Amino acid sequence: MIEIDDITKIYGETAVVDRVSLVIDPGTICVIVGTSGSGKTTLMRMINKLVDQTSGAIRIDGEDIAGIPAYELRRRIGYAIQGHGLFPHRTVGQNIATVPKLLGWDKAKIADRVEELLTLFQLDPAQYRDRLPNELSGGQQQRVGVARALAAKPNILLMDEPYGALDPVIRAKAQEDLLAVQRQFETTIVLVTHDMEEAIHLGTKIAVMDKGKLLQHDVPQQIIANPSTPFVAELIGSAERPFRLLSLGKVADHIEPGEVAGTPLDAGVSLRDAYAELLWSGRPALPVTRDGKVIGQVTLAQLARLAARPQ
Amino acid sequence: MRIGLLIRLIVLVVLLVFLIHPDTFAGFFALFAKAGQPPIYNQGSLLDITLNHLAIVLTATVASTIIAVGLAILVTRPFGAEFLPLSRSLANVGQTFPPVAVLALAVPVLGFGTAPTLVALFLYGLLPIFENTLTGLTNLPPAVTDAAKGVGMTGWQRLLKVELPLALPVILSGIRLSTVISLATATIGSTVAARTLGEVIIAGLTANNTAFVLQGGLIVGVLAVLIYDALSALERFLMARTGQLGRAAA
Ligand SMILES: Nc1ncnc2c1ncn2[C@@H]1O[C@H](COP(=O)(O)OP(=O)(O)OP(=O)(O)O)[C@@H](O)[C@H]1O
Ligand SMILES: [Mg+2]
Repeated sequence: MIEIDDITKIYGETAVVDRVSLVIDPGTICVIVGTSGSGKTTLMRMINKLVDQTSGAIRIDGEDIAGIPAYELRRRIGYAIQGHGLFPHRTVGQNIATVPKLLGWDKAKIADRVEELLTLFQLDPAQYRDRLPNELSGGQQQRVGVARALAAKPNILLMDEPYGALDPVIRAKAQEDLLAVQRQFETTIVLVTHDMEEAIHLGTKIAVMDKGKLLQHDVPQQIIANPSTPFVAELIGSAERPFRLLSLGKVADHIEPGEVAGTPLDAGVSLRDAYAELLWSGRPALPVTRDGKVIGQVTLAQLARLAARPQ
Repeated sequence: MRIGLLIRLIVLVVLLVFLIHPDTFAGFFALFAKAGQPPIYNQGSLLDITLNHLAIVLTATVASTIIAVGLAILVTRPFGAEFLPLSRSLANVGQTFPPVAVLALAVPVLGFGTAPTLVALFLYGLLPIFENTLTGLTNLPPAVTDAAKGVGMTGWQRLLKVELPLALPVILSGIRLSTVISLATATIGSTVAARTLGEVIIAGLTANNTAFVLQGGLIVGVLAVLIYDALSALERFLMARTGQLGRAAA
């Protein structure tokens, strides 16, 4: 658990982070969104002491981080930096091995871990392990940056726009990988993004920041349905609200009995994708399958109800 | 590239042959000596003098490097930041002070011989190395220094594992500058009886023997070019090894 308690950071005259309080439950993903310069990075960097707060306190599992030596704290917290920050003079493998090495893992264990992570991020170890970062594409560099942050299996992972340079396909894949890793190890993740879609998809809760202030911190449904200020509403995009709401649900949870004709949908797809399929097919309902077997239908009318503002 | 390397190799071989068997070139240098004058320097072994010259330059440069790099590391640490202006002006003084003046001032204290020359070259070599090390250590990509902190390296680990390796090519280019300056400047050491190639040039000037002057000058010049090129090549190699070649070209 990360408790951010009334924290403020002042640069010169301006409070870049202004009395922010936030509790991030263990094993959840907190996504911080906000316009450029709203203090997202600064807030995040106070968690691993890369920035010293002007006032307030941060506790990790009840322990005030003020009492932990910075280097020790940082080895426990994975940090995927904005713009990857790979060490240019070290190979991909050495970059990923950085924290395990600092922690004194033995060689074989480090080598296994590097291999495992490269494979997880779809970088063939044989081909990429011994390359220098400048011999990778921007997207590959970013993935290595995230792999480095994950290397020592930290309980907490801070990610500053980790997927900025990825194309939509790889990005979706990287997000799924992250969710898989997060569920498996119950990592607590704090992630900064500019992409509302990504925030809603990944966030257990979303924290919205503007000019250093925390405007709202809540589950995505609430942020979409009941934005606390016009700014939050604008950030979500009012025209997008019904679709964002749909994107949170899965077809599996809204199957109705009945058999209809048409190309079947898998129960695992999001309601938003189902809605798009329904519109595209021109039908009022489509069959739903699980493991290839038809188990019911999903209807346009039902989705329209689900997309409406929650009462 | 290949051709360049070949030319340098030939030049090196010619230099070595000349230093070991100077008489091979007697015919050539006779063109510059007046009738009756010896065409080849005859007051000592050219090889010995050259080696001594190189040893003085090497010693002075190594000393400059240790002090300058040490100082630059010190003033770029949080605890040493307040010494930055002081050490900068110190190194600047070393540079603006004419080496001849250093020699003149050092002789009464250190006596004649190699010592005052070493002091002059040492002081003279500090600034380029210091400035370059400073540049190298302070102009690292911010994302990289940030990551070094973020992964939990201590101050010394950051210095040894990230900052110095990345700054090395820039530091080396400072060392290269210092070495070449010292190589030329060391000749004036002969005015206070240090055994350098200046001796050959001075002997030529006093005896009005152009062949001697030419020999001393040529050896220094050729050495300077060869060492300069070798260190440049080493720098490029290090740039590539540290993944910074793109950055250097940009
Ligand atoms: N070291 C610093 N000194 C002075 N001002 C700073 C410093 N670091 C950040 N700031 C200022 O603090 C504000 C917030 O910066 P921060 O990097 O936290 O924004 P951000 O929300 O992460 O923005 P972006 O989305 O563009 O990354 C900005 O106005 C920035 O100029
Ligand atoms: Mg930022």
